[in-house]
Amino acid sequence: MKNKNSQGAQESPSRCPDNSAFKQQKLPAWKPKLTAPTVLSSFFTIGVFCLLVGICLILYARSVKEIQINYSDICLNCSKLRENSSNWDKECNCSVYFTLQENMLGDVFMYYRLQNFYQNHRRYVLSRSDAQLLGQDVNIQNSNCAPFTIYPNGTPMAPCGAIANSMFNDSIQLFYYLNSSTAIKVPLLKSGNSWWSDKNVKFRNPTSYNLSSAFAGTTRPPYWQKPAYLLDEEDERNNGYINDDFIIWMRVSAFPTFRNLYRHLRHTNQFADGLPAGNYTFHITYNFPVTKFKGEKQVVLSTSTWSGGSNLFLGIAYTVSGAVIVLAGFIITAIHLKLRKKKTYFQR
Amino acid sequence: MAQDAEGGEDVPQVPKEEEKERKNRRRRKRKKESKTRTVRSNLLLPGPEAEKPQRSPLANNRLKTTKYTALSFLPKNLFEQFHRLANVYFVFIALLNFVPAVNAFQPELALAPVLFILAVTAIKDLWEDYSRYRSDNEINHMECLVYCRNEKKYMNRYWKEVEVGDFVQLRCNEIIPADILLLSSSDPDGLCHIETANLDGETNLKQRQIVRRFLELDSEFDPLKFTSVIECEKPNNDLSRFRGYIVHKSGKRDGLYKENLLLRGCTVRNTEEVTGIVIYAGHETKALLNNSGPRYKRSKLERQMNIDVLWCVLILIVMCLFSAIGHGLWVWQYGEKKPVFDVPGLDGNYLSPVLAAVYLFLTMIIVFQVLIPISLYVSIEIVKACQVFFIHQDKDLYDEETDSQLQCRALNITEDLGQMQYIFSDKTGTLTENKMVFRRCTVSGIEYSHDANARRLAMYQEADSEEEETAAKGGTLSQRNSVSSHQSIKVVHRSLSMKSHRRTGSRAEAKRASILSKHTAFSSPMEKDITPDPNLLDKVNECARSLEVMRSHEQPLSQLTPELSDIFDFFIALTICNTVVVTSPDQPRQKVVRFELKSPVKTIEDFIRRFTPSRLTSGSNSSSSSSLTTSKSMPRLGSSILSSTSTESTLLKLEEKLAHSPQMNNNGYSSQQERRAIGSRPEGGELRYEAESPDEAALVYAARAYNCALVGRLSDQVSVELPHLGRLTFELLHTLGFDSIRKRMSVVVRHPLTDEINVYTKGADSVIMDLLLPFDPRGNHQKKIQSKTQNYLNLYAVDGLRTLCIAKRVLSKEEYASWLKSHLEAESSIENREELLFQSALRIETNLHLLGATGIEDRLQDGVPETIANLRKAGLQIWILTGDKQETAINIAYACKLLDHDEEIITLNAESLVNRSLSDDLLLKPTAGNTTVGFCPLSPPSSSVHSSLGLVIDGKTLAYALDKTLEDKFLSLARRCRSVLCCRSTPLQKSMVVKLVRDKLKAMTLAIGDGANDVSMIQVADVGVGISGPEGMQAVMASDFAVPRFRHLEKLLLVHGHWCYSRLANMVLYFFYKNAMFVALLFWYQFYCGFSGSSMIDQWYLIFFNVLFSSLPQLVTGVLDKDIPAEVLIGVPHLYKSGQKMEEYQPHMFWMNMIDALYQSLVCFYIPFFTYYDSEVDLFSWGTPITTIALFTIILHLAIETKTWTLFHWSSCIFSILLFFIVALVYNVSCPICYPPSNPYWTMEKLMGEPVFYLICIISPVVALLPRYSIFPLCVYMLVARILWGGMRGKAKGCA
Repeated sequence: MKNKNSQGAQESPSRCPDNSAFKQQKLPAWKPKLTAPTVLSSFFTIGVFCLLVGICLILYARSVKEIQINYSDICLNCSKLRENSSNWDKECNCSVYFTLQENMLGDVFMYYRLQNFYQNHRRYVLSRSDAQLLGQDVNIQNSNCAPFTIYPNGTPMAPCGAIANSMFNDSIQLFYYLNSSTAIKVPLLKSGNSWWSDKNVKFRNPTSYNLSSAFAGTTRPPYWQKPAYLLDEEDERNNGYINDDFIIWMRVSAFPTFRNLYRHLRHTNQFADGLPAGNYTFHITYNFPVTKFKGEKQVVLSTSTWSGGSNLFLGIAYTVSGAVIVLAGFIITAIHLKLRKKKTYFQR
Repeated sequence: MAQDAEGGEDVPQVPKEEEKERKNRRRRKRKKESKTRTVRSNLLLPGPEAEKPQRSPLANNRLKTTKYTALSFLPKNLFEQFHRLANVYFVFIALLNFVPAVNAFQPELALAPVLFILAVTAIKDLWEDYSRYRSDNEINHMECLVYCRNEKKYMNRYWKEVEVGDFVQLRCNEIIPADILLLSSSDPDGLCHIETANLDGETNLKQRQIVRRFLELDSEFDPLKFTSVIECEKPNNDLSRFRGYIVHKSGKRDGLYKENLLLRGCTVRNTEEVTGIVIYAGHETKALLNNSGPRYKRSKLERQMNIDVLWCVLILIVMCLFSAIGHGLWVWQYGEKKPVFDVPGLDGNYLSPVLAAVYLFLTMIIVFQVLIPISLYVSIEIVKACQVFFIHQDKDLYDEETDSQLQCRALNITEDLGQMQYIFSDKTGTLTENKMVFRRCTVSGIEYSHDANARRLAMYQEADSEEEETAAKGGTLSQRNSVSSHQSIKVVHRSLSMKSHRRTGSRAEAKRASILSKHTAFSSPMEKDITPDPNLLDKVNECARSLEVMRSHEQPLSQLTPELSDIFDFFIALTICNTVVVTSPDQPRQKVVRFELKSPVKTIEDFIRRFTPSRLTSGSNSSSSSSLTTSKSMPRLGSSILSSTSTESTLLKLEEKLAHSPQMNNNGYSSQQERRAIGSRPEGGELRYEAESPDEAALVYAARAYNCALVGRLSDQVSVELPHLGRLTFELLHTLGFDSIRKRMSVVVRHPLTDEINVYTKGADSVIMDLLLPFDPRGNHQKKIQSKTQNYLNLYAVDGLRTLCIAKRVLSKEEYASWLKSHLEAESSIENREELLFQSALRIETNLHLLGATGIEDRLQDGVPETIANLRKAGLQIWILTGDKQETAINIAYACKLLDHDEEIITLNAESLVNRSLSDDLLLKPTAGNTTVGFCPLSPPSSSVHSSLGLVIDGKTLAYALDKTLEDKFLSLARRCRSVLCCRSTPLQKSMVVKLVRDKLKAMTLAIGDGANDVSMIQVADVGVGISGPEGMQAVMASDFAVPRFRHLEKLLLVHGHWCYSRLANMVLYFFYKNAMFVALLFWYQFYCGFSGSSMIDQWYLIFFNVLFSSLPQLVTGVLDKDIPAEVLIGVPHLYKSGQKMEEYQPHMFWMNMIDALYQSLVCFYIPFFTYYDSEVDLFSWGTPITTIALFTIILHLAIETKTWTLFHWSSCIFSILLFFIVALVYNVSCPICYPPSNPYWTMEKLMGEPVFYLICIISPVVALLPRYSIFPLCVYMLVARILWGGMRGKAKGCA
């Protein structure tokens, strides 16, 4: 111990702190230089950049063609029929006519649009079982699905939860009038609309030799008309939980007014370049009630660009803020010049 | 075996239950009574009693400062952490999450941040505890010699094994392991010298005596024979008191006093070997009971912050209420038709709107919890710890001379340093060096100006400044050391002792010790080498010569002219009227056979025996004088006085009241000289004086310059070497120590030449002048001398010298006898001893004969005037509170530029309350009252008048001014003055003044002082600063910051204070902004989700945003940002005002930041909102960009606020952003089914493939920060303007 002590004394003969830049708080530091030229040039650079981007965005957004048709008003009969839930098994069809003034070139997407549907309600968002949707055999009673888990008789719902239960189930078909009498069905793709990761990773059907046996022992949710394994009878890879319409519905939207991708155009024959101008009609099987929550349903046809859809907002935001920044730059320049003239400013 | 009093009887074996009951009873009993403790030797009671396990209720010597054990850590630490309200709140919220009806997040996840915070704190505590444990362990395993019964000798044992009742033997330079009652010493007088630097920082040696009765033991002390029982006080923390008595087997009792106790942590010096019995051990020792650890205060900023936290709570509640009502209405509007998205409860029933609203309220509290910043308190603690670190590390706050640096003792009020408004400063030792230099003196009315001495001092000053220059260039210590070899030896010696300190006591003790370890105790060459005044020197020589002549011619001493005899007495008084101990470096005194034993007179019989001219007594005593021991009933009796021929003659002379016969006298001191030669006198004048106060040392050195040197001091005698006369030994009968109430000290001695009993008194002039002998008929001359002396005293005071008066009183034998009787009673009383001793001292210190007065210079510390000027410019009001006399104080005030010569000074000296109020009224009118001296015509208060007023008030008047009825008037007057001086103030008054200003003016106060008399003021002030000077450590122990020098205050306040304040203020504001901005995003969303409490931000981001993603940059900025460089802050002290006015963090700033947060959150919310409006975006694909934008905005906001960018700033910002993206990317691929409800699988990956994401991320922060960025250059403009303005003002002042 004595040794240790004497060593310690030799090592620290003085209690003087180290003269290192860090300890003396003298680290090399960059101080933003706030001279008039730097500040002003930053203003002008940012302003001009925003202006340019904004104008670009507006131009692109304007190139998007879009048509939106509210069919909950047009199909008033069906709406009223659906108001009464006891009529749930009565089929109701409805046709909506419209005319495209211009060609819609490129990729054309068909959306359904719901208004006042609060998919983002907290308890609604929770009400799902991701494990079940991944095809795992889980006891959904403990999941967030409650109370949409099992029927009083004990059969579990597949899929469970409020989101799945309230799935949008109108079917919409688009017909194109080649002439005033002949209408041909516009070829629309059901699959490929959802995220690749959802379709291939997040959603899986339960494994079994076929789909109906995979869902054996479960029943459809109460609001559904047919069980999950009959969502798309034509395409095995678009059925059950991996049905694109289902997957897209399960991705709850951010706002009470939203659109979900329903179909997209398959480029064949007349439609190789997109939708030609002309007369069209939507054939709608009206199943989804919206009057209860004062909602409305629309069907939307739209093209798209790299910057999204027809929404001009981002472009305008860029343009306006760019303009404001440039203006602010001018004002600051003016103040600066005024102050510089008044040399006595600092010498009050 | 040692037990507490009530358990004194030996306990026979009792059944367990009974024992339990006993214990209970005992516990109850202990509460009520048991004011004493009984200690017996552990070596007693052999046999079966010893077999019994030592179930001692007394603490053993094991040091345990750790709070926890491995088992108790978790519960105890958690319990402590939950004392903090914020932690309880956050845990409450986390637990709320476990209630299914209201939960907002995954409950386990919601616990995470709380656990994180708790864990960080716990780890910090654990680490601290571990380091405590390690140092405890080191101390516990130090070794000392403990007597072992089986081996019958002293054995090495660890400190921790020492128990109460053990016998411990200590060698020179060993550290005392416990509080030990001194029983035996190798010293001939039964003395032991200890150095108490570890306890109180005083480096002078203190004497301790062995218990009286053990002194007479003729043989070596044998622990086995120790059968006495010691009764003493319960352990307490009063270092200056110890009472008790020891009961011997014979049934006799002896009192025990603090002089008998060796305190743990002190070091044995100059004594070869001592033995004692352990009285208090371990945590019951006085040293450890005094060790209270760091202090916690709450800073002003924190108080202000807490108000804003409450505002946040209010905002939170309003937001939650709003949402709850909104949700209720939302549910209500659907009526009976429940929409599909309104999910019923678990039981399938829908909630009623009201119930839904109530549930939602709780949910919202969880969702918005971030508004109350969970990490704020932890962050502040971290930032403060770093600030403390940097303050510690500052080289500019390091004092080379004393090798000490600034010490932050309070860890959490660093930012208060930036907001000070009033500084209350002590004078001596704070503004001045407390290095007392003898300057001039006046003896019997004649002044000796010591011009040569003054010239010498001036030379030192020059040398000093030269030295500083070279030190600045070369920067080594060696030159300073080479000034005197003596000093360098001393330094070595001190550093040796420092080493040993490192091992002592607790860390705090060690720290304290090392601060002072290199102090050269009052003995720089400047103080020592005094050039004598030639006139006075001549007179001294003449006096000595004539004394010698007289002695050899058997003339009575009274033949000396009054002047010469005054001079002689004057120097004798300077030399012996003190408590200075003479030491030679590091050498224990030899054990010499003593032929003579004298002691302060202890009993009345003692006195009678010594002074009764009865041959019978002397005869009977001399018969026994061949052996050193006398009868047992008279301890330490000076029987041997009577044995030698000289004593014989003394008695004779006493009887006859005649002068000494020359022969006998010669005989007297030649024999003494012989004896002393064997003793401690080292050759070549290499004597060191260890004084309790620097004035004492200065006076002793001054006397030595006149060849009147103190050469030895024992408890019973003082030896003085005189020219011609050789060595004179004064028998020291009593020492009446200095205290601040009497303001004087006295010694009672027997003069060896005249054999009269003399009282030499030294004290403050005001006190001494009142105690002087009333003028007798021949007093005309005396009166003249008095008035002359008073004149000179005033002159000295004007020169800023400290004045002391020296007086003498010759006591007749009868007077002494009667006084002695009462004094002995006082001394032997166990209760009220101090009070009685005080009274007794008052009785003897009257009717004094004035000898002369001294003027001691206390030099100003380096840089004091500059510091004061700069602090003043910084808007700080500086008050001096001193115990010194008015004139001295005023002069020091002029010297340190606190007062200006063109300043008008109001002096308040009042005799009564009425007068005081009168004078107060007078102040409002331009007339001078009889009580107001030097009063100036007062114009109505305006700024110009303010600066030209100085207020001087003395202690008496201060007492009136502090009266409830007058304090407002006093304050309003004081506020109008530029400087205030309170002289003659008591410690209590000092603290009252500070308290008055603090409470009435709501000002931030800083008290700085160095001595024990400043402690109360330091404790009262918002920030107490102690100067780790030579006056001991009491001030430092009570302080929040300890600085080596007054000048360090400048950088501490102006630079570190400003930085700490501005950094912390900005950080706190930023915290509020950040959280508000983040929470507001969620709030806006409630309008679009039916107020259902859902959040678009993934719960992971939500929970970890504060803790992980946005915490580092603000910490770095909080620790390292420098809004203004140090040089500018020092150069333009004006800038300090921003802290005083709380400019960085004013109440409205909180709201400004809230509004900014509101705006920014609106931008960050609505830009993505409108961009994605009416699109197929899903909840979390929309929420993730918002999180990203918020992070960018928050960090860029900080970037705008950051004034200087170091590497740390850059990397922390980049790190935070990278961390967010990495976490997001990893988290979003980690698990496709986890983390409901967000289940963010592939979200970030998808987003990063879309241009819109980037477009939003660019535009939103730009728009959000545009207002702040536009105002920012303007703010910088203002700042630059202020710097320039302040600088110019400073220059203008300097020119004028």
